[in-house]
Amino acid sequence: MAAKPKLYYFRGRGRMESIRWLLAAAGEEFEEEFLEKREQYEKLGKEGCLLFGQVPLVEMDGMMLTQTRAILSYLAAKYNLYGKDLKERVRIDMYVDGTLDLMMMIAVAAFKSPEEKEESLALIVKKAKTRYLPVFEKILKDHGQDFLVGNKFSWADVQLIEAILMMEELNASILSDFPLLKAFKTRISSIPTIKKFLQPGSQRKPPPDQHYVDVVKHILQW
Amino acid sequence: MAGKPKLHYFNGRGRMETIRWLLAAAGVEFEEELFETREEFEKLIQGGTLLYDQVPMVEIDGMNLVETRAILRYLAAKYDLYGRNLKEQAWIDMYVEGLKDLSDMIMYFPLSLPEEKEKNLNYILERATTRFFPVYEKALRNNGQDFLVGNRISWADIQLFEVILMTEECKSDVLLDFPLLQEFKVRMSHIPTINKFLQPGSQRKPPLDEDSMKTVKNIFRFEHGMFLKNMTTIVAEY
Repeated sequence: MAAKPKLYYFRGRGRMESIRWLLAAAGEEFEEEFLEKREQYEKLGKEGCLLFGQVPLVEMDGMMLTQTRAILSYLAAKYNLYGKDLKERVRIDMYVDGTLDLMMMIAVAAFKSPEEKEESLALIVKKAKTRYLPVFEKILKDHGQDFLVGNKFSWADVQLIEAILMMEELNASILSDFPLLKAFKTRISSIPTIKKFLQPGSQRKPPPDQHYVDVVKHILQW
Repeated sequence: MAGKPKLHYFNGRGRMETIRWLLAAAGVEFEEELFETREEFEKLIQGGTLLYDQVPMVEIDGMNLVETRAILRYLAAKYDLYGRNLKEQAWIDMYVEGLKDLSDMIMYFPLSLPEEKEKNLNYILERATTRFFPVYEKALRNNGQDFLVGNRISWADIQLFEVILMTEECKSDVLLDFPLLQEFKVRMSHIPTINKFLQPGSQRKPPLDEDSMKTVKNIFRFEHGMFLKNMTTIVAEY
């Protein structure tokens, strides 16, 4: 029997969180090894596990997968969350690249000085409201379906709900002008695997705090 | 009959160049609509074909595709340059993500403030020779084949070739310690479609010079000066 996927990362969201979401949405159990000391990270490097010396690392199906987007694409295809054909897949790719960009900005903001961080987060909220959320609201409006692509639950929906929840942490009323996204959020939250992931005690990670930032900086020697 | 793909971008490499390389290597003819001013770019935005008001955008198969990676994946799959199965695809994805990190640094390098140029250039070359090129040299050594994945040409090989040439523009002997990459480079340049793209008069774009730099800054309104290490898009992922 195949072993569970094993995730190697810091004990926090960063670039691994979207991977956790996708595995959870697919109903796939996974293990985690948290990097808390520099030695652990160096050990992974010395053992040749990190293709470019970087995490996230996901050990699964006999492979050491690195590079967030490579991992996410692999998982989406493996768990049938990548559309039924190339045209649906490219739409999913366009949507997830947009939301990933937004979430990466949030992840990086945690490492800035308090002043720059505030500025970054304000800019992110603005971009979300003017560039990204309107796009997804319109997509849902135009086809009137429950899911973003192909009338079927896909990676794009998982990514969007993750992004929406992250944005709401920054600005609780961010969906106030987006009724269809509000309904989308409610709908997707009640999908059993997603609902389970949203419960306390799941492997979902909290927003980055100072401790997380300090650990990462220590391990990566930033 | 389907029309040729149509590329919308400014008249330069930027994020569109890898797309041009992939199409060219696949032997696919394409058209380009290249804007030169901020006004032309805004007109394109107002036309409503840019999902996130950003370029690159490629019109193909009745769709307006945006997001460089999404476009490259679509083309790679369509033209059979994406491996034969999911595992090969994963390897190609990992390789091209690494190449993107390196080429992003080189792409943004001209935006360095004068006092940062030398530091940034040294950083790029250090990363190229210690983090990135060793990976590809090792891949070729381990599989003993002509190509990175699955013993046949893929998106990964095309982008590696492109990035080698870009890095050599920064320092001509950067492949000194990488004999297999040197051979790879020669082999790739002999492939007919690629050889054709390397000829003068092809749709391959030159590196930015002073004038085209000014045009780009005017169109996209970049802030002046960036220290590469701090850029969110190219802080290599951790």
